Amino acid sequence: MDANFFPQTAELLRFLPEIILTIAGTLLLLMEGFKKDGDSRSLIATLAAVAIGLAMYGTVVAYDNPGLAFSNMLVSDGFAAFFRLVALGVGLLTVLCSSSYLQRERSHSGEFYVLLLFSLAGQCLMAAANELMMVFIGLEVSSIASYILAGYLRDDKRGNESALKYFLLGSFATAFLLYGVAWVYGMTGSTNLLEIRAAMEKGVPSMTMVSAAAGLMLVGLAFKISAAPFQVWAPDVYQGAPAPVAGFLSAGPKAVAFAVLIRVFQTAFEPIAARWEPVLWVMALLTMMIGNFSALWQSNIKRMLGYSSIAHAGYVLVAVTTHSTTGTAAAMFYLAAYGLMNYGAFAIVTHVAGKGEGKVTLDDLKGLSQKEPAVAALLTVFLLSLIGVPLTAGFFGKFYIFKAAMDSHLVWLTALGLLNSAVAAYYYLRVLVVMYMHDPETTEHVTAIPGGLKLTMWVTAAATLVLGIFPGLVLDFAAKFAALNK
Amino acid sequence: MSLYDLFPPEFFKLSVPLNGYLILSAILFTIGVATFLFRRNVITVFMAIELMLNAVNLTFVTFSNHFAKVDGQIFSFFVMVVAAAEAAVGLAIILMVFRNRATLQIDDFDTLKN
Repeated sequence: MDANFFPQTAELLRFLPEIILTIAGTLLLLMEGFKKDGDSRSLIATLAAVAIGLAMYGTVVAYDNPGLAFSNMLVSDGFAAFFRLVALGVGLLTVLCSSSYLQRERSHSGEFYVLLLFSLAGQCLMAAANELMMVFIGLEVSSIASYILAGYLRDDKRGNESALKYFLLGSFATAFLLYGVAWVYGMTGSTNLLEIRAAMEKGVPSMTMVSAAAGLMLVGLAFKISAAPFQVWAPDVYQGAPAPVAGFLSAGPKAVAFAVLIRVFQTAFEPIAARWEPVLWVMALLTMMIGNFSALWQSNIKRMLGYSSIAHAGYVLVAVTTHSTTGTAAAMFYLAAYGLMNYGAFAIVTHVAGKGEGKVTLDDLKGLSQKEPAVAALLTVFLLSLIGVPLTAGFFGKFYIFKAAMDSHLVWLTALGLLNSAVAAYYYLRVLVVMYMHDPETTEHVTAIPGGLKLTMWVTAAATLVLGIFPGLVLDFAAKFAALNK
Repeated sequence: MSLYDLFPPEFFKLSVPLNGYLILSAILFTIGVATFLFRRNVITVFMAIELMLNAVNLTFVTFSNHFAKVDGQIFSFFVMVVAAAEAAVGLAIILMVFRNRATLQIDDFDTLKN
């Protein structure tokens, strides 16, 4: 390692998104200190959105200055830029959704946005980490803020429980990850991804111990991406957390956890690929099966989306199992598309659930097409995309994943994955049936959709459709950088 | 048998082999996992996580000493700082749960289901 304590300008530029987010978060926290209980927080919300916009610009700047930073701790490449943009995009949608939600729940305070910014800083760090210790720091910065966000409505019993479960199982998983890191360090003498690989190619005391350490790390990461058999927390957390936060957790942190999984396993653990590929194969299949079959019985929409997010993690794991450039590109495309369509679905749940999130069961959606035709139509778009119907982003996502799997001769996994998609169609279509073929049970007054929420719904729906017609917009970028990290 | 017989001066000049520390940390980690899985009190479960993190620290420091490099020790500081931050947030969450439910038994937290 070079003993250079004064980072060069280029290194700082590669770290720009995190710098912007951290400074903005700290300043907003100070601003919140001057607010009284009843004051409007719309300025803080606006500034948080601006900060995320600036961080996106920072990502572009970092992308224009590719290379390593801070003694090889970070790497700024297209892969990092892609996942930084996905995470920041989800963050921006969350800010748009949350302002009206928090006002409705009467707990509008600036800390929400501050925590969101800190969580995003952690996620950006994870996307660019080139070092197991940086992975850990990024993961924890992101997670600790998310634990609080999940329980943000302090008086809500469900929110508390969700935060507690997320916290306990998240920390448990982190400990496994860290124990894996410690053993990797012990066996290879380094925590830098490239040095680990070099050490492994030169020879390590025990290949079995390195594999075991990689296994421990896989356990930790599998928790974060909610892959079976470590998925139990996901439905509970998504059901109990505030709807905008649940959407955030299911899209952003999960995408960057996949980024870490792909980068670590395809860079550092490339020499033991033959050992982890079968494990991922089994994990992908289990995750798809458990997610889809459990979702069939759910009557709570948030919980159903929780199980569906497990199933979708399974599809992405299929792409990771292929261990090919096309597979990685497919995973990147799918995570971006999934972020859009799933956040859109959660935005609709945010609106439909009503005050106190009392209306989140399937029955509450009865006759939605008559009460609010536009909302029902938008939810239809998202659900069709989650099923994977052509002309939506979800179709091309699944198409590229299974195509990559076929190219890598994973015939059985492809077949079982496609069968799973068919099963999944049942529980998504059930929602459509309830919305369009039942009459509304109540005749209560329809509340107007707040501007931010409306914008989120329309933007995500439009983006879902655009990606369904022109997937190249994202896929070309993904394909260009999927190989870089090898 | 006196204490002197048990621990003669030579005893303190012996060095514990590397494996001793690693086995100890593995045992600590296992105790942490078992406690997490089988105890029903939230605070105890939370302490189990801290135990696991400390087992990790011991592993880092052992390897750091073995390589005669300082980076492993720095990592253990990172872990400590993060563990402290996690404890602050975790205890706050536990406090809110306790205020709303007046119980700390894991089995009582079963509101979230289908």
